[in-house]
Amino acid sequence: MTYLLGYTGRSTLNLLYAAATVCVLMVDTVNWTFIQPLRGRGIRMRSAVEHFVEFGVRSMPIVGLICFLIGVIMALNAAGTLATWGATRYIANLVGVSSLRELAPLMTAILITGRSGSAITAEIGTMKVAEEIDALNVMGLNPTKFLVVPKFLAMLCAVPCATVLSMLIMIFGGYCVSVYYVGVDSGIYIDQTLEALEMKDFVTGMVKSVFFAVVICWVGVFRGFQVEGGAEGVGRQTTSSVVTSIMFIIFVDLVWTVLFY
Amino acid sequence: MTQAATAQPEPPKADDYIIQVRDLVVKYGERTVLDGINLDVKRGEVFVILGGSGCGKSTLLRNLVGLMRPHSGTILIDGKDFTAMNDEERIEIRRRLGMCFQGSALFNSMTIGDNVALPLREHTRLEASTIDIMTKIKLELVGLGGFDEYMPSQLSGGMKKRAGLARAMAMDPDIIFYDEPSAGLDPIVAAGLDSLIRKMQHTFNLTSVVVTHEMESVKLIADRVVMLLKGRVVGLGTLDELRQNDHPFVQQFFAREPDDESTGNANYLESLTA
Repeated sequence: MTYLLGYTGRSTLNLLYAAATVCVLMVDTVNWTFIQPLRGRGIRMRSAVEHFVEFGVRSMPIVGLICFLIGVIMALNAAGTLATWGATRYIANLVGVSSLRELAPLMTAILITGRSGSAITAEIGTMKVAEEIDALNVMGLNPTKFLVVPKFLAMLCAVPCATVLSMLIMIFGGYCVSVYYVGVDSGIYIDQTLEALEMKDFVTGMVKSVFFAVVICWVGVFRGFQVEGGAEGVGRQTTSSVVTSIMFIIFVDLVWTVLFY
Repeated sequence: MTQAATAQPEPPKADDYIIQVRDLVVKYGERTVLDGINLDVKRGEVFVILGGSGCGKSTLLRNLVGLMRPHSGTILIDGKDFTAMNDEERIEIRRRLGMCFQGSALFNSMTIGDNVALPLREHTRLEASTIDIMTKIKLELVGLGGFDEYMPSQLSGGMKKRAGLARAMAMDPDIIFYDEPSAGLDPIVAAGLDSLIRKMQHTFNLTSVVVTHEMESVKLIADRVVMLLKGRVVGLGTLDELRQNDHPFVQQFFAREPDDESTGNANYLESLTA
């Protein structure tokens, strides 16, 4: 009983402590990204661009492939049922709406978490273990400005950009199945897609993707700064970073889906 | 460079203290790591913090450079209270401090040259070509001329420490802190580093604070020594003064005698749980 109470208490305290740390990190990041530059403190733009290339451009092959396949899978699954009603042209509606609203942002975010969220944690964690973070502090260089802000900006651009491309690729996947396998007319498929989609679907997807970017970056950075001990600590926090990040992405997804229902 | 090289440094004035630590108490949670430390570092001397493993010497150093905030007590750097400053003021003071880390802490993603140039690029508005020249001078100073295009992973342990020193020297600091400079180095390389510490102090009249447990290098470099045991000062003074100290731990340390195995381990465990 004492053990149980102690465990609950400790977990709660740890959770509160983590929440407080994340809040401080958030305020700090926003401060150094949006407020301090106005006061003449620069942003490390070159580093941000390098990170954008790493997070966004280099992840496109795998994100593109996966999104194309998901488009194909969705269309194939839908084709069977819809064919019974002779309504195969509605594959376009299904693929279009679910890509834009849900699957393209979600898949992109999950893939970028696995690829770059983990990399952020590992990089910051290794720097912490090697006293490099301390070195920054002693030199009077703010680690948030120096390490977090470029990643934050890069992520904030990379995820929405990748999401737009994923949406197109996913719809293209559906198109390929419908036109070349199911036999829907190409013109009908395109018309049907354009008719089905509204601006709201696109906006929903984009809003989600921006919030996913924020989650990926902050969880990655937070876990990185939490690393204690040596290489083992880096490994543990990297795993935890991906798991936590995916959990929060789905949670945020749920919230926005409810809000935009 | 503002500090011109002089052949002979002026001897430190008797009461010109650059660092003054008063009643410093540091705790990790409930555990007291430093318990009422008082010490003064004179301008231009090599001051060594000596002690066994786990006595709090690294913690003391982290407090002196402001990486940790103490539980109570004050640290005056050039007469200004470092512990009571806001972030802006701390950054100002930190530009006058340099630190050499135990593992050198060079940024592995940058070349040696970029590592040394980084503080100059971030803190000054100098031309790129000027920074380039200053970087080369600093690297030359530590005996790494021509290494600016190398990555840290390509250098040996001793060279990394030299590069770390060059980076710490980049902003022409007043005080330089060394965390275990000879740890993990062979005696020849370690001796080279010791003479480099001396050279820096001579050339720039630099105040140096060195944390170590190597008696050999203490004999070579130290002007004054403080000896810590379980978070308290047990001896303070020149090496000769310390030899006269009759505290059993000081005598044991100088004689390089082992602890009685059973009590030694028990003491260590006690220090963890106390």
